[in-house]
Amino acid sequence: MRTILAFLRNTWRGLTAMRTALTLLFLLALGAMPGALLPQRSLNSFKVDEYIAEHGWWGRLLDELQFFDVYASFWFSAIYVLLFVSLVGCLLPRTWEYFKQMRAKPVLTPRNLARMPHHASADTTSSPQAVIEHAERRLKGWRTVTRDEPDGSRTISAERGFLRETGNLVFHFSLLGLLVAFALGKMFGYEGQVIVQANGGQFCNSGVYNYDTFRPGLRVDGTQLNQFCVKVDDFDATFLHNGQAESFHAAIQYQSGADLETGTWRPYPLEVNSPLRTAGDRLYLLGHGYTPLFTVTFPNGDTRTGATQWRPVDQVTLASEGATKFDPPNVPDAEQRRKSQLAITGLLAPTAAFQGELLDSAFPAANDPAVAIDVYRGDLGTDSGRGQSIFSIDEKMVRDGKLTKVARQNLKQGEQLTLDDGTVIRFDGVRDWVSLQVSHDPTQVWVLVFSVLVILGLAVSLSIKRRRVWVRAAPQEDGRTVVEVGGLARTDQAGYGEEFTSLSRDLLAYEKES
Amino acid sequence: MPVNATLATYSDWTYGAAVAIYFFAAVLYLCEAAFARPEKAKERELVAAGGAQADGTWTPGLVVKPELSRVERLGRMGLALNVLGAGLHLASLVLRGFATERAPWGNMYEYGSLLTLAGVVTWLVLVRKFPVRRLGGFVLVPIVILMFLGGTVLYADAAPVTPPLQSYWLVVHVSVISISSGVLLVPGVASVMYLLKSSGRARFRKLPEADVLDRLAYRSTVFAFPLFTIGIICGAIWAESAWGRFWGWDPKETVAFVSWVVYAGYLHARATAGWRGRPAAWINSFAFALTVFNLFFINLVTTGLHSYAGVG
Repeated sequence: MRTILAFLRNTWRGLTAMRTALTLLFLLALGAMPGALLPQRSLNSFKVDEYIAEHGWWGRLLDELQFFDVYASFWFSAIYVLLFVSLVGCLLPRTWEYFKQMRAKPVLTPRNLARMPHHASADTTSSPQAVIEHAERRLKGWRTVTRDEPDGSRTISAERGFLRETGNLVFHFSLLGLLVAFALGKMFGYEGQVIVQANGGQFCNSGVYNYDTFRPGLRVDGTQLNQFCVKVDDFDATFLHNGQAESFHAAIQYQSGADLETGTWRPYPLEVNSPLRTAGDRLYLLGHGYTPLFTVTFPNGDTRTGATQWRPVDQVTLASEGATKFDPPNVPDAEQRRKSQLAITGLLAPTAAFQGELLDSAFPAANDPAVAIDVYRGDLGTDSGRGQSIFSIDEKMVRDGKLTKVARQNLKQGEQLTLDDGTVIRFDGVRDWVSLQVSHDPTQVWVLVFSVLVILGLAVSLSIKRRRVWVRAAPQEDGRTVVEVGGLARTDQAGYGEEFTSLSRDLLAYEKES
Repeated sequence: MPVNATLATYSDWTYGAAVAIYFFAAVLYLCEAAFARPEKAKERELVAAGGAQADGTWTPGLVVKPELSRVERLGRMGLALNVLGAGLHLASLVLRGFATERAPWGNMYEYGSLLTLAGVVTWLVLVRKFPVRRLGGFVLVPIVILMFLGGTVLYADAAPVTPPLQSYWLVVHVSVISISSGVLLVPGVASVMYLLKSSGRARFRKLPEADVLDRLAYRSTVFAFPLFTIGIICGAIWAESAWGRFWGWDPKETVAFVSWVVYAGYLHARATAGWRGRPAAWINSFAFALTVFNLFFINLVTTGLHSYAGVG
């Protein structure tokens, strides 16, 4: 039993020792580094897969060791939990010590003040009593204790700078608070992204299924989202002549709370740096792109219009790619339908620049849109049970010969092409879409509060010095009084010298004044 | 937003002039450091000759007026040029601001310019407080290199910034981060010099005293560290309104966090028995290396949300 207790005590002592804390601090720094150097799932899972594929066993080993989810990995968690414990273990005794010192009196005056790092002395005809009274007035704002010594000397012990430790404790406790708030936010928060067409497209935060991607916290099941709806009426982007974006502006309307029942819509100009804050959530304008509009006239005269968003592949020129898919009209038989589904894939250029037959985009604004498309006919595999991206066709269907390319052509706005069976495909132009993000983080205001406290605590603890000064007035046999001043900075010596010089000058200048 | 091309051109000229003048100042400083007698020997001689400082303490603010030696003159000329260069440097930044009608720290060139200016100003302030003028060359050489790279490889024409940057947080966050990084350059150099000096090798004996270097490094870090903290927190506040979250482990955020932790480690190490002196100086030098790594590697090599370099 005793050995167990001793073991526990030693572990606790070891863990809370300063050098352990320092080592853990450096381990934390070291552990965070791979997150900046390796691709991370939380930021870009596509890149992670690419990395693993490229690096073979090395990539798989890193994956096994959670190097692609550094900040959720067991080892990173272990480091910060240990650091957390170490910090608490450091802080508790310090807090206790702090309260004890708050009530303690400044220490006795050392016998030999000349040994202090700062020292000065002078002699005067005034009595020790008068010298000390003068010193007490000068040491206003210091905590002082006046004492008489057996040989008739009178001394003052003075100390100031307790705020330093206050700041220090505030800083460290706020750091703990910040960590806790951050962790709670990660547990109870969520983040979802959705693409909405900017011609009146609507989105309601009523369920997870409305999102394209949804990242819930550990304690979020997606059933109790904050209710609100948005409608994107228009999107407007302006660009400099070199293609650099100058402004993005989405004209949206939203409703939340009581407005949902009355059906009232409130307008809001959504811009990159000004998210909509409503119903406890935030709505952001993350990105934008183009939706090509295609009208397909089938041989029987039926027409269908396709408006599926394509995704930008070049962030500067907004050249986009995607796949717009069609079911043939009035074909109830699934077998039959699978033979004549259509997909239009290829490249969309908002401002066309042809190099011969090759289409590229010259500018991100939709000045002169054109598409370079491949038309596929056959079985798209939409009911095959395999998931597929809305931005591409299932290549497996092409490899299996179930989906075949029937045309390849460049189309400018208003132009059309005719397939071998008489189907006509017309490119009608483009429409804007916006990508929105809804974020929910119930504790982020606490993170902010603690951050501000962190700064305040840090500034106080680094700018204030804890220092002591002692004055001894010793009566001499000839009736004069020797005044000695000694000073000691408790923490960092740098900078106390100047203060001590002016302080001791004042304390020793009694004679001239009186 | 129109860009005033004339002002932009003047800005470029003053920048170039500042780099050149810093270069000459660095050469003069280095000459002083090379030809000066070692600090220790000089002190002993002064005391022996004058006997003025009987108690042997060095009092700040007390100017001992020996005859200005030729070497001393070189150092003073270096300092004068240094001040002139800083003036031109500041002018270049201000002109850039007027030319683009925005805060002049919107791309890596401008950021580097503000950072180095902060470093130079910190150096000029510290050189008045500490007897370390012969360190000047070692401070100015990295600054000249940074500015040269900034003016050539990273140069971007004066232009308005992209929508995510159009926020008053650009003024706050970027300036605070850039200034604090610039200030941190000086303690970084001081700590490296401390390591050289305290290695005890004869060839480094002309460097300033080790404890002076240590104090200089500590005091400037103590000033810059809260500033750096404020910068990171302002960045988080901005990220909350621009990117949808206040912290997302973007590479830049990660490395800023790592350097923050290392600087915190330095401050703790300096107050921990067994870590003072050389270990602390190693940590501080490493922390500065991280800051530079964050500036170059993270912006230019990795891709993240902070890729505003304006470098094609």
